[in-house]
Amino acid sequence: MKKQRRTGSRVFMALVFLFLYAPIFLMIIFSFNAGNSSVVWQGFSLHWYEELFQDRTIMRSFYTTILVSLLATVIATIAGTFAAVGFYSMRRRTRSALMTVNNIPMTNADIVTGVSLCLLFVTVFGGWNYLAENYRFTFNWLGTLYRLTLPKLSLGFGTMLIAHITFNIPYVILSVGPKLRQMDRNLVDAAQDLGCTWMQAFFKVILPEIKPGIISGALIAFTMSVDDFVISYFTAGSSVSTLAMEIYSMARRRISPEINAISSLLFVVVILLLTANNIREARAEKALAKRRY
Amino acid sequence: MSKELIRLVNCSMAFDGELVLDNMNLYFNDSEFLTLLGPSGCGKTTTLRIIGGFITPTSGEVLFDGVRMNDIPPHLRQVNTVFQRYALFPHLNVFENVAFGLRIGRTEEKEVNGKKKKVKVRIPQEEIRQRVLEMLEVVSLKGFENRRINELSGGQQQRVAIARALVNRPKVLLLDEPLGALDLRLRKDMQSELKRIQQQMGITFIYVTHDQEEALAMSDTIVVMDQGRIQQIGTPEDIYNEPKNAFVADFIGESNILDGIMHEDYVVEFFNRKFKCLDKGFAPMEPVDVVIRPEDIDIVPKEQGQLRGTVTSVTFKGVHYDTIVDFKGFKWLIQTTDYHPVGETIGIILNPDDIHIMHKSQYSGMFGDYSSYSEEYEEMDDVTMLDEEEEGSSREDGHEE
Repeated sequence: MKKQRRTGSRVFMALVFLFLYAPIFLMIIFSFNAGNSSVVWQGFSLHWYEELFQDRTIMRSFYTTILVSLLATVIATIAGTFAAVGFYSMRRRTRSALMTVNNIPMTNADIVTGVSLCLLFVTVFGGWNYLAENYRFTFNWLGTLYRLTLPKLSLGFGTMLIAHITFNIPYVILSVGPKLRQMDRNLVDAAQDLGCTWMQAFFKVILPEIKPGIISGALIAFTMSVDDFVISYFTAGSSVSTLAMEIYSMARRRISPEINAISSLLFVVVILLLTANNIREARAEKALAKRRY
Repeated sequence: MSKELIRLVNCSMAFDGELVLDNMNLYFNDSEFLTLLGPSGCGKTTTLRIIGGFITPTSGEVLFDGVRMNDIPPHLRQVNTVFQRYALFPHLNVFENVAFGLRIGRTEEKEVNGKKKKVKVRIPQEEIRQRVLEMLEVVSLKGFENRRINELSGGQQQRVAIARALVNRPKVLLLDEPLGALDLRLRKDMQSELKRIQQQMGITFIYVTHDQEEALAMSDTIVVMDQGRIQQIGTPEDIYNEPKNAFVADFIGESNILDGIMHEDYVVEFFNRKFKCLDKGFAPMEPVDVVIRPEDIDIVPKEQGQLRGTVTSVTFKGVHYDTIVDFKGFKWLIQTTDYHPVGETIGIILNPDDIHIMHKSQYSGMFGDYSSYSEEYEEMDDVTMLDEEEEGSSREDGHEE
């Protein structure tokens, strides 16, 4: 009876994995299909990958994705790290209240974040553009008359970048915070005691201690950025698009095996990033265990 | 001659409206070993952190050489600290930990062309190397330069922390319970080591501990604190032999504390009997606290004793027996090398110099009765003491059921 139950649970687990991963493997396999079909295997070929790298729209959206992800990661990591340090030096009650506020955007549905950010940009830009159209600022400087025209603003790369930074910051805070709390509080005092200003203490003592947290925060942020579709879709406007957005619009036109190829690549990149982060964290834990012997 | 270095004037400190330090007045002399001793929460660490510059007193003044230092941040003060759990930098090796303070350039005000300018002063590499190696030799860690911090034992980490602080040549070294995390044997070794280093460097050590033995063994001066107030300042001998109130008598060593009445100079009455003592200057018939140290009591056959009591408990302690004796319902602790079994009636003799008289204080009646004696009393450190007192009654009820 016990054996039966075990086989039962194994079958169940197999089914779970089948439904989770079979579509992905199918997609990867068919990305190497020579023919046009997504159902019939017609031999191995890298044809679709070649096609992919020659498609200028796809390549452009690829560069956009990389650029926005890198910029958002760098800015969010810096901002998030300092925010985490700020949280750390707060009283416990204030901190836990702020941490709850910090956690909401992560559990919040992407679509809500996307729509609300879009709404915010449109409203603010609407007001700004109204000003720009109706007021001209002129001023006199050293006898010359200058006319100042406000530039019009619209959704685009900038707004998308702001959105990415916004949804990345909580992840950085969440991964830096525990590292700060693990740190001996006296370390900062000790550094100051030995002649450091607070800033010197931060760079010489705090930063090396929380570095693992910062790196894993940055990796998570980058992954989230590369992966994001919904929020980008609502904040990018019509002039730029990311890889995820490009795939979506391609799929709406026709199911091309090109999609299989590009999705496979995206999948591999995200998996690599996550694995790298996991390995790093496991190593850090081992080192910590060793430190405490 | 010893010169005054630091003075705290009417220093008070409150956290969230709770008074932690109550109007503290204290001065620290050049090259003395001063210990702040008291249970946790007595304000000793707060005092240390005020001197270190990590917190600013709510009111009062901190003077270094007569100059007000209240708002000077820690990195500009000529004191260094050895922290409770060492706070060594785990990402640096031993050499770099010790060199840390030297590598930070200090900004000093210098006159350049008649103008005062802030100049960054950097110590040359070779001098850093020399000073670090020299200091590692002082703390007996020669050859450990390239070790990582996590490869060191607790005692070695302790030495690195001391070297890291001393290499900056501070006028004052602050030590916050530095031996708390070490085992007993190592603690004893480090006590004499610290005393040696202090004498070798000739600087002031301000040492915070709750361990009275440690304080007695190392200090030139002990400041006993409780509830944010100084209870007594004196040499170890003074504090032990002439405690000012029941708190000090109980905190430093073991004491039997009894109610007594001072009849006249050199005569005190307790247990309805007059005893000769060496104390004077009390008002006639003043109620007083009488301290009798457990090791000063001589046990004699019951016929010869000034007082007679029954042994209720005996514990072997190695050097002596802790014997609890019931005198008319009041239990005394007597430390004796002779074994007296439970139930035996014994007599005791008190010589005039065995008796110490104290004025009544807020602590009278709180300490010095061994009725609830248990073997744990020595392990009862200050952290658990409060809990023990609160839970004590309920726990005793539990036993009777």
